[in-house]
Amino acid sequence: MRAASASGVWGFWFDVVRNLFGWFRLVGREFRTRRGRFLVTSLPMLWLALFFLVPFLIVLKISFSQAVFGQVPPYTALVEHAADGAVSLRLHASNYAMLLSDPLYVSAYLKSLLFASVSTGFCLLLGYPIAYGIARARPSMRLVLLVLVVLPFWTSSLLRTYALMGILKANGLLGQVLSAIALVEPGWGILYSDAAVYVGIVYNYLPFMILPLTATLMRLDFTLLEAAEDLGAKPWHAFMRITLPLSMPGIIAGALLVFIPAVGEFVIPDILGGPDALTIGRVLWIEFFTNRDWPLAAAVTIAMLVLIVAPTLLFEYVENRRADQEAANT
Amino acid sequence: MNATPGNPPATEPWRDPAAQPFVRIEGVTKTFGKVYACDEVTLDIYRGEFFALLGGSGSGKSTLLRILAGLEQPDRGRIMIDGVDVTRLPPYRRSVNMMFQSYALFPHMTVAQNIAFGLRQDKLPAAEIRDRVQHMLELVRMPQLGDRKPHQLSGGQRQRVALARALAKQPKLLLLDEPLGALDKRLREHTQFELVNIQERVGTTFIMVTHDQEEAMTMSSRIAVMDTGRIVQVSTPAVLYEYPATRFVAEFIGGINLFEGRVLSSDEDTGMVRIQCDHLEAELLARHTDPLPEGTAVSIAVRPEKIDVHEAPPPRGTVATENVVEGRVADVAYLGDVSIYRVKTASGAIIRVQETHVARSSEPHYDWDDTLWLSWEAASAVVLTA
Amino acid sequence: MNRRPFALYTAMLAGYAFLYIPIFSVIAYSFNASRVSTVWGGFSLRWYGELLANQQLLDAVQRSFLIAAITATAAVALGTASGLALSRFGRFPGRGLLSLMNSAPMVMPDVMIGLSSLLLFVTLQQAFDWPDRGMTTITLAHITLTACYVTVVVRSRMTSMDESLEEAAMDLGARPWRVFFVITLPLIAPALLAGWLLAFTLSLDDLVIASFTSGPGSSTLPMVVYSKVKLGVTPEINALATIIVVAVALGVSLAGIAMHRRDREAD
Repeated sequence: MRAASASGVWGFWFDVVRNLFGWFRLVGREFRTRRGRFLVTSLPMLWLALFFLVPFLIVLKISFSQAVFGQVPPYTALVEHAADGAVSLRLHASNYAMLLSDPLYVSAYLKSLLFASVSTGFCLLLGYPIAYGIARARPSMRLVLLVLVVLPFWTSSLLRTYALMGILKANGLLGQVLSAIALVEPGWGILYSDAAVYVGIVYNYLPFMILPLTATLMRLDFTLLEAAEDLGAKPWHAFMRITLPLSMPGIIAGALLVFIPAVGEFVIPDILGGPDALTIGRVLWIEFFTNRDWPLAAAVTIAMLVLIVAPTLLFEYVENRRADQEAANT
Repeated sequence: MNATPGNPPATEPWRDPAAQPFVRIEGVTKTFGKVYACDEVTLDIYRGEFFALLGGSGSGKSTLLRILAGLEQPDRGRIMIDGVDVTRLPPYRRSVNMMFQSYALFPHMTVAQNIAFGLRQDKLPAAEIRDRVQHMLELVRMPQLGDRKPHQLSGGQRQRVALARALAKQPKLLLLDEPLGALDKRLREHTQFELVNIQERVGTTFIMVTHDQEEAMTMSSRIAVMDTGRIVQVSTPAVLYEYPATRFVAEFIGGINLFEGRVLSSDEDTGMVRIQCDHLEAELLARHTDPLPEGTAVSIAVRPEKIDVHEAPPPRGTVATENVVEGRVADVAYLGDVSIYRVKTASGAIIRVQETHVARSSEPHYDWDDTLWLSWEAASAVVLTA
Repeated sequence: MNRRPFALYTAMLAGYAFLYIPIFSVIAYSFNASRVSTVWGGFSLRWYGELLANQQLLDAVQRSFLIAAITATAAVALGTASGLALSRFGRFPGRGLLSLMNSAPMVMPDVMIGLSSLLLFVTLQQAFDWPDRGMTTITLAHITLTACYVTVVVRSRMTSMDESLEEAAMDLGARPWRVFFVITLPLIAPALLAGWLLAFTLSLDDLVIASFTSGPGSSTLPMVVYSKVKLGVTPEINALATIIVVAVALGVSLAGIAMHRRDREAD
């Protein structure tokens, strides 16, 4: 790839360099006048830049190379020096082509979305009553109930998922109970199926739905419900028309806290699911550890960055701007 | 103390042309986004004053105080304290201390440690710190409470600790942010006098921010009234009350009647101004030092207590009856020491009148719908052009 | 609501049951003499014995705790710096970037962080012959991830803390560093402790990132558990899970009692 010498391209790079200089001047002034603050901000900045930002640049670079087996590192170099001294950039877009053409990847992404959204729904169904009950409870009971919700979070999630194995497997606890009341045949179990994955995700992420919901419900003015009742509304009506809409911020917060991490989940589908429970997280793992195709795994990472992380960060940014606007308008 | 034009009393340094202001605020401007919190504020404050910045919320008074403390930087202008330009100095390098509205007592330290905090930053010897702390505790009359923590104190006690902590370093300037805001009414009155006494004893220049005009009037030597980032008027409480410069000031401090009208004639020698007031459908007389061109739109401001009430039309031609208006009583509010009447004129204007119940025997007693005649001196009326 | 809603109580009970039945089942199975968990073979402490004799597991436990402790401490230092900067420094050059780098890891699937960290370490090793993949690399990656969570905790505590306390300290003559160490730090100490515990737990529990960034002979506890689990359900894991659950429950109860007592003292 040789740089075009059109002024447009030069102008662009000139602007970049000029902006960079401006930024450096700012930083220099900051250092001279507020040395202490500079120290405080530069420590996490440098660490995160090195250990978080730079890795993704490396991932991007490697996603454009090709797998070479048996070599360390197992991928082709980006910049190659030919015998005549010419330097050329070797970019292989083959990995991305594979992502787009092989239906495996797209279906894995869609499967991840499916798992995440259905699980979010179940978390809401199961978690809303608990959050409501905690919000209405006496203050002394409330603390105990909240601690009971949070306690599982502090124990290892891997071990808890493992616990589900014992329950969901063939003739596990669930199977034994259900066959005892003749609902299923003996030897029944849902382990290594999609159903188990749903159970697993809901199980692990339920506290993340309950906590923001509880916070929002606690701020609800329950005299509104009394007023509704006074005006003749039946309890279910009052719930649907008043409580539910007012608890929407909590529902959305909880839903996001469950949905977004669930999309990228690896452990739960891997341990509880069958071979067809292929999520995008599992795909990455398999490409890396089983297929030893580092560049493809890197390409999957970039795809996940674009498809999962970027929309989330954008959403957060827009939300923050909206919240700031609202605060400024009051 | 007898004050003559060439010899102002020592307690009124602003009248002395030779006196140097202790605090000079010059053209200070501060914006937050598009809003001007302070707009070209210029003010001189003299040593030993108990100065008040008075205004509603958004008037810029708190911002100005924080700029004086060094907690905000002005976009333009400068601050001089005792001849030193402190505009760019951070708060820990100024000889200025502040008593915060929320008191800001360090919750993890005892009262004594709170008061000693500033002294320890100056690295004073431990014995001196102990003495100073004890002296401060006695000044605010809490000598036994040095070992308590802030959460063990009442609101009034916390306020006194905040004051003691701010005075411990004997700053050149003490800033007070709504010092009485969190106290209940009875405690507030008592503390008002205490604060003034302490200031006189210690001699430090105090600058106070408040939205309560009664507080400002009671405690301060001079008041600066602020509105939307600008200073509207700077005077002593008496001048502010009797001679407000604008409608805003007149309405802000105490009760007021405002009548709109146009100047008919203005006599330069006597200072008498004749105004056609359509509001009252009458001609009014007032006094004003500067001549006013005919036709100028003005407001006449008359304080309710300056208006006399008569049950029959009073004889004209006296000073007390330079202005007479007839009306019917629309509302009566009996407050024990005074009565406030709202009197409606034939033209529909409502005039507020205040009568003090001086003696039981001569107690005036007016009822709803009574016809009354109201009169006031020309000198009692202030002509406002703004 | 004066009526005790039966439906609500049932739903709540169902929810809590769902949360705790798996945990109780594991505790029960850990005492099951039979290897096959579906059959109850009588009460036995056999698996606890085998757990304590399993050197591989014990080594992994020790390794994980060491990594978690170092991670948590470093994460608190970094996270406090970030939290302080983002909540108190107003606008400074690079603020947007710092904020982004602090929120991104929390919304990112572990596999992405794992792969990218590994590729960084491989590149560094090629260029500088350091670091060797093992406990060091796991710790570095863990610190990066958990520091962001600490930032959230510190930042939220600092925004809810009365800023006038720090202003008053500066007004009384304390320079910014002193203000931080004498005023701010003591007041945010509970948040720092919470952040430390959070980072510790996240590090201890991490499987994916550790798998990517570890080297030979440096398996962490989750990695060992994972490999055993993939091979088949092994009962020592039940014993391990029980110990962890009991330890956490004890810890949380003690913390709850301590906090309750401190609240009562303040009255």
